[in-house]
Amino acid sequence: MTKKIMVLKDAIKNYVNDGDMIVIEGFTHLICFAAGHEIIRQKKRNLVACRLTPDLIYDQMIAAGCVRKIIFSWAGNPGVGPLYGLRRAVEMGIPRKIEIEEYTHFGMVARFMAGASNLPFMHLKTFIGSSLPEKNPNIRKIKCPYTGETFSTVPAIKPDVAIIHVQRADEEGNAQIWGLMGVQREAAFASKRVIIVSEELVDTAVIRSDPNRTIIPGIKVDAVVIEPFGAHPSYAQGYYDRDNRFYFDWHRISKDKTILDNYMSEWIYGVSGRQDYIAKLGNKVVRGLKANKSMAFPVNYGY
Amino acid sequence: MVSFSSDEIMVTRAAKELRNKEVVFVGIGLPNLACNLARKLHAPDLTLIYESGAIGSLPDRLPLSIGDPCLVTGSISVCSMVEVFNYYLQGGLIDVGFLGGAQLDRYGNINSTVIGEYEKPRVRLPGSGGACEISIHAKKFIIILKQNKRTFSEKIDFITTPGFIDSKNKRESLRMPGRGPVLVITDFGVYNFSDSSKEIYLSEIHPKISVDHIKNNTSWDLHVSESLITTEPPTEAELSILRSLDPEKTHLG
Repeated sequence: MTKKIMVLKDAIKNYVNDGDMIVIEGFTHLICFAAGHEIIRQKKRNLVACRLTPDLIYDQMIAAGCVRKIIFSWAGNPGVGPLYGLRRAVEMGIPRKIEIEEYTHFGMVARFMAGASNLPFMHLKTFIGSSLPEKNPNIRKIKCPYTGETFSTVPAIKPDVAIIHVQRADEEGNAQIWGLMGVQREAAFASKRVIIVSEELVDTAVIRSDPNRTIIPGIKVDAVVIEPFGAHPSYAQGYYDRDNRFYFDWHRISKDKTILDNYMSEWIYGVSGRQDYIAKLGNKVVRGLKANKSMAFPVNYGY
Repeated sequence: MVSFSSDEIMVTRAAKELRNKEVVFVGIGLPNLACNLARKLHAPDLTLIYESGAIGSLPDRLPLSIGDPCLVTGSISVCSMVEVFNYYLQGGLIDVGFLGGAQLDRYGNINSTVIGEYEKPRVRLPGSGGACEISIHAKKFIIILKQNKRTFSEKIDFITTPGFIDSKNKRESLRMPGRGPVLVITDFGVYNFSDSSKEIYLSEIHPKISVDHIKNNTSWDLHVSESLITTEPPTEAELSILRSLDPEKTHLG
C-alpha cells in the first residue's frame, strides 16, 4: 500500500491542480490556513473555491490571484467587517475579476449533502421570498410527489479536492474532530480527493479507542499531513484558541492593497512553510493561544 | 435616569423580548449580547443555539464570532451544520431568531447582500449566511439595526431575508412555517407590524429622541402608533451586567 503520509508541499503539489474545484472547509474552527498559504506559494491558478464562509483564507487566496470563482453563502470577517480582498475582486476586478455563485448556509449545506450522498440534487425549504433564486439559476424548484408541495432545490457539489484540518489522525487518514464540525464530513465525502491535515499523528489504537469521534475514515482519504498549529489564526479546540487579534488586524491589512501585498510577501511568500511561520509568530503569541484543559469524562465502549 | 448609549438601550430592550425556556437562534454582535443578558436576568433557562452547531451554549466570554470555542466548552451538544439546519431549524425547534442587516423596508424584508446592482455592486455585503432560512423557519424573529434614511429604505436593492414580502397573507400563501418579524429595534425606537397591512409602525420611542428625528431618518412616510410610549430605559443593574459582558466594548459602541 502506498504511504499516505507526506509533507504539505507534496500534498498540494500532487493533489491540487490548476483549475480544480477546491474546498477548504471548517466553520470558524479548524480552517487550514497552512494549506491555503501553500496553495498561494505554489501559485495555483483558476481555482473554483467553495466554502460556506470564504473567511480570511479565501480572501488571501483571492488577493493572491489563485481563484477564478467562489461558491459561498456568507462572505465577511466575522464580528469585524468585510473581506476587502474579495470585495476588490468583485467590485473592481483586482487582481482579477472573479465570478460568484451564491447560496444561503442551508443551501450550501444541502449541496454538500447531495454531493456526499451521490444524488444529483437536494430539496429543502429555504430561498422562498428571497431575491437569490432570480440571480442564481442553479436554485430551482420541485413538486413533492407525495404532497404536491413545492420545495427549493440545489444541485450536488462535487469538488475535485477537499482539504480538512483535524485534531488527530492516524497514518491511514482516519480522522477525528471534536468541537464545531461544520460541514467537514459532507465536504470530504462529496469530494473526489481528500487531504487530511492534522494537529497530531496518533496510533490507530487511539482512533479505535473512540470510534464515534471519527468523522472521516481513511478509505476516503488520499493524503495525510501532520501540521501542528496549521489552522492559525483559526483554532483547534483543545489545542489553541482563535487568534481574534489577527482577525482585527486583517481588517486594517486587507483594506489597503499595498499593506496586504506586503503582508503576503512577508508571511506567506517569505516563509518556507508552517514551521517557519510559527517561528516568525514567536513563542509569546503561540503560548498565549494555548488551550486550557476541559477534559471529557471517559466512556466505556466495552460489551 | 442613568446614562446609557444607543447600543445599550437596543440590547436591554431586545433582552426583554426573550422569555425563559425559549429556544433562540443567536446571531453575533448585539443579538448575542441581548441573549446572554436575558440569560443572566429573567431567562436563566434560555437555550442558545448558534448556526455553527453549538447547542445550549454557556459562553463565559464574549464570542467575537458565532464559531468561537467558548460556545463549545460546557454546551449541551455540538452537532454538524447538517443537523442545525435540517433538524433544529427546518425541524421547527427554534422559537426566536435575531437578525440584522444593511437595509430594511416597511414589510420587514432585509437586505444584507448588495448595495446597487447585484451584477455590478456598489458595495458587496456578506450575503445571507443562515438569515434567509431563519426568517422562514423560526417561529418569530426580531430585527436589530441602526436607523437612518439609507437603512430604513423605501425600496431595498435585494431581499436577502424575507419579512412579510409585500402583503398581509404572503407568507401563508408561500407556506412559510414561521410567523415572520414581530419587532424591529433601532437606536431611535421600537417598531411593530400592523395586523391588517403588515406594515411597520413606530410603537416605542427611546428617551430624548423625537418623532421628527425618526421621520427624518426613514425614507417612507412612517406610521406612528396613536398610543406611542417611551421605551423603558435600561436600569443600573441591567447596565452593569451588560457592560461586564462586553468589557472591551467590542460590540457596544
